[in-house]
Amino acid sequence: MNLVNIFVKAIFIENMIFAYFLGMCSYLAVSKTVKTALGLGAAVIFVLGVTVPVNYLLENYVLKEGALSWLGPQFAAVDLSFLSFIMFIAVVAAIVQLVEMIVEKFAPALYGALGIFLPLIAVNCSILGGALFMQERQYSNIAEATSFAVGSGVGWFLAIVAIAAIREKIRYSHIPAPLRGLGITFILTGLMGIAFMAFMGIKI
Amino acid sequence: MSTEVKESPQAPVVAPRSPLFGKKERKLITDPLNDNNPITVQVLGICSALAITVKVQNAMVMALSVLAVVVVGNMVISALRNLIPSRIRIIAQLVIAAGLVTLVDIVLKAYVYDVSKQVGVYVGLIITNCILMGRYEAFAMGNKVWPSALDGLGNSLGYAWILMAVATVREIFGSGTWFGMPILGDAKAGTGLYALGYMNNNLIILPPFALVCVGIIIWVQRSRNTKLVEAA
Repeated sequence: MNLVNIFVKAIFIENMIFAYFLGMCSYLAVSKTVKTALGLGAAVIFVLGVTVPVNYLLENYVLKEGALSWLGPQFAAVDLSFLSFIMFIAVVAAIVQLVEMIVEKFAPALYGALGIFLPLIAVNCSILGGALFMQERQYSNIAEATSFAVGSGVGWFLAIVAIAAIREKIRYSHIPAPLRGLGITFILTGLMGIAFMAFMGIKI
Repeated sequence: MSTEVKESPQAPVVAPRSPLFGKKERKLITDPLNDNNPITVQVLGICSALAITVKVQNAMVMALSVLAVVVVGNMVISALRNLIPSRIRIIAQLVIAAGLVTLVDIVLKAYVYDVSKQVGVYVGLIITNCILMGRYEAFAMGNKVWPSALDGLGNSLGYAWILMAVATVREIFGSGTWFGMPILGDAKAGTGLYALGYMNNNLIILPPFALVCVGIIIWVQRSRNTKLVEAA
């Protein structure tokens, strides 16, 4: 039950876009058509679902204070958490590279669909943000961390597909010229964020 | 913002060296403030810009952190630009950025612990701030150290003024304070404007309003600077 709860909370209440503004740059840049938005959204779910559990293991068995105690009692006082930024981003970059190669080899169709989005994702704030939130919130086991990661990815997917659909619809609306494009997208996202706030407090 | 750079007295420079603050150098700093603003025109670095603008103090700490990381990182990368193999340049840039951000994080924890707690994960997220990667990749990899430093300075000032503008609006109308100083009177005691029945607007503190606020800044900027208007 707890897992479902974390999952739903990550999608609706603590949505990466509407509550934390993570991954905003690619959200604004790649939301012009629904098709590309679907591709990028799927890639984000996938990469978040892979990197957060790996970073969870790294955090709990290498970086955290006392995490190295499995090596022997003399390591119990070692605290490497100051290295976490470098380690997390290195893991993200490496996994993205690896995932790209694996997908290219075994699922060329998927590779064609995700295409240029995979390498872009290494510098998407929502991926590193997922790792940092995981570190901050201290999930008690890897299943919870994974459920949070996939939930966040789905939330991001939902947000980018929704805004892309809206942007396709408003293409023929009469928007004041200076507001066209970027400006109206910001305001729309704000309005969607207000709508998403209605989910606040939901618990399963 | 008084960010105009004073021009060095035009001594007759005979050497072909370009002056420290020539026309080109000044343009590097002033361009990102308006015509090529990282947030409203290039749409980079939005992620962290919106989340920490509830209070002016947090926004200023964030802006200074980004300034330090962009300027120093630009200089380091520009100095190493002939040594970094182009195939692994993204990873090299990420590692330099991550190292600098770790330093900034430790300094913030040591000197302004309260702010560091509030800003939280967003300091770490400077690493993936697109302004960083954008400047490293687009400018520092191809230019000398001094122009790179100026370019970094200009872009982070362009980022800073948007941050400060959004934070000022949100803090004044949301909390009735500026830099933590009550400027509209005391809400609890009911003095100043509050005596007339004025109330703080809680909607403005919530995340969605940051987006609306940036949207309005873009609207104002583009209606004054029509060459930025996007084609239909």
